[in-house]
Amino acid sequence: MAYSPKVIDHYENPRNVGNFGSTADVKKDSAIGVGVVGAPECGDVMQMQIKVNPETKKIEDAKFKCFGCGSAIASSSLATEWLKGQTLDEALEIKNTDIVEELSLPPVKIHCSVLAEDAIRSAIKDYKTKNNIAEEQAAHSH
Amino acid sequence: MPDLPIYLDNAATTRCDPRVVEEMLPYFTETYGNAGSRNHKFGWDAEAGIDKARERAASLIGAQPKEIIFTSGSTEGNNLAIKGVAEMYSKAPAGSEKRGHIITAIHEHKAVLDPVKRLQKQGFEVTMLEPGQDGLITAEMVKDALREDTILVTIMWANNEIGTINPVPEIGKIVKAHGAIFHTDATQWVGKMPTNVDTDSIDLLTWSGHKIFGPKGIGALYVRRRKPRVRLTAQIEGGGQERGYRSGTHNVPGIVGFGKACELCAEEMDSERDRLLALRQKLESELKSRIDVCEVNGHAERRMPNMTNISFGFVEGEGLMMKIKDIACSSGSACTSASLEPSYVLKALGVGDELAHSSLRLSMGRFTTAEEIDYAINEITDAVLHLRKLSPLYDMHMEGIDISTIEWASH
Repeated sequence: MAYSPKVIDHYENPRNVGNFGSTADVKKDSAIGVGVVGAPECGDVMQMQIKVNPETKKIEDAKFKCFGCGSAIASSSLATEWLKGQTLDEALEIKNTDIVEELSLPPVKIHCSVLAEDAIRSAIKDYKTKNNIAEEQAAHSH
Repeated sequence: MPDLPIYLDNAATTRCDPRVVEEMLPYFTETYGNAGSRNHKFGWDAEAGIDKARERAASLIGAQPKEIIFTSGSTEGNNLAIKGVAEMYSKAPAGSEKRGHIITAIHEHKAVLDPVKRLQKQGFEVTMLEPGQDGLITAEMVKDALREDTILVTIMWANNEIGTINPVPEIGKIVKAHGAIFHTDATQWVGKMPTNVDTDSIDLLTWSGHKIFGPKGIGALYVRRRKPRVRLTAQIEGGGQERGYRSGTHNVPGIVGFGKACELCAEEMDSERDRLLALRQKLESELKSRIDVCEVNGHAERRMPNMTNISFGFVEGEGLMMKIKDIACSSGSACTSASLEPSYVLKALGVGDELAHSSLRLSMGRFTTAEEIDYAINEITDAVLHLRKLSPLYDMHMEGIDISTIEWASH
């Protein structure tokens, strides 16, 4: 199976790799939401971290780490690019099908894009839980 | 710097040796007769080519030429051996139960497992042996599984994914003493390691041309003719070629190439074995010294000299292969197959799913050079260390978190 040029680009030059501190540190920081999805025995684990600006309520930075195939790494790298500058509601609009389209993922790799969407949602949920934002309230704030 | 890409997937297939191709060529355009044509020179010359190849093939495994059946490869050889024995030695007619007992192992190649599973549906009883963590099936395990109605034991010689070597001579001795028939899929073994069907107590043995620097689409099945005389029910019927065991016009160029490949393997076996073992040991020891949490899968010593299967913790196999794009190899990762299941062979050894996803199989051959192995060591090391910078699991490991204790949401 050949990889699309965009998958190769993100794989070779992954954007926004990293985290905002140790596991313990980010847990304490209310400006940061962390999502970890997947499982090692399934061959994919994705970690997504978002940093939300307390004034603008926009995602000012995003970082990822990924244990997985090239398409999983590319999906999470792309997701961090898309997340930056978005409000939480806008970020929730990112769908796995957008990632599939952008990276031209073949059917056997669709689960990588699903995982990236799950990781975004999980990170946002973590941020909201930390900041006592109810799901509905956030959904109607724009 | 070696020429790129480099080929470290010789357990999948090998480059056909140019000396083999040279010997084959006249059989396409000059000696193109049908060996079944008994009344003209074209037929006689083709037959002479086949006879010579049969002698060379027999000589490689210590057999008689008449005991060699040419097939299209190991998949066909395994199917003929397993289904052919079951049908011939069945203890009850088709459509009934208790037709006989067959012993095999869960980490055999699919070309053994699938025929056995079909026979199971057709009224044969099957015992699937499970290897220990070292990947071996011992003679003891086979002995304990033998029953009065056991008709066939089929255990591979060397495993295709991890290269572990089963004690075939010991297993053969026990099966023979019991009076059952012993088949071994020796696709990864023959041509690389010394084989003698008499002293190794083998009744049926499968091997293939393209794994031994010969052409694809040709292989052989050894069928013992005395002590005991093994009989098979043919699975491909027609013109009665190959003593009726395998009909179909002979693939003369393929057979000639197969014979030449067997001869070259016999001539170069000892020196190649030593050379490849040294390269494998270097590959393994260098990778283990440069990369932490790096495990060689399978038995420490009882492994083929030409291949290794290594798990690099916290790095996914397909992602790793994408990074080392100038090295052709295989992974036990789910992502290389459509099933999303990691290697069933590694699972059989009790290698955790996570480490199975993190495995690479590197297999060398006649054309592998020391320079290529040095290149591979550097590239793999760089790739693993790079991907670990991306790996959330490696972070957890470095923070002292045991990832096996985390409750992962499976997807």
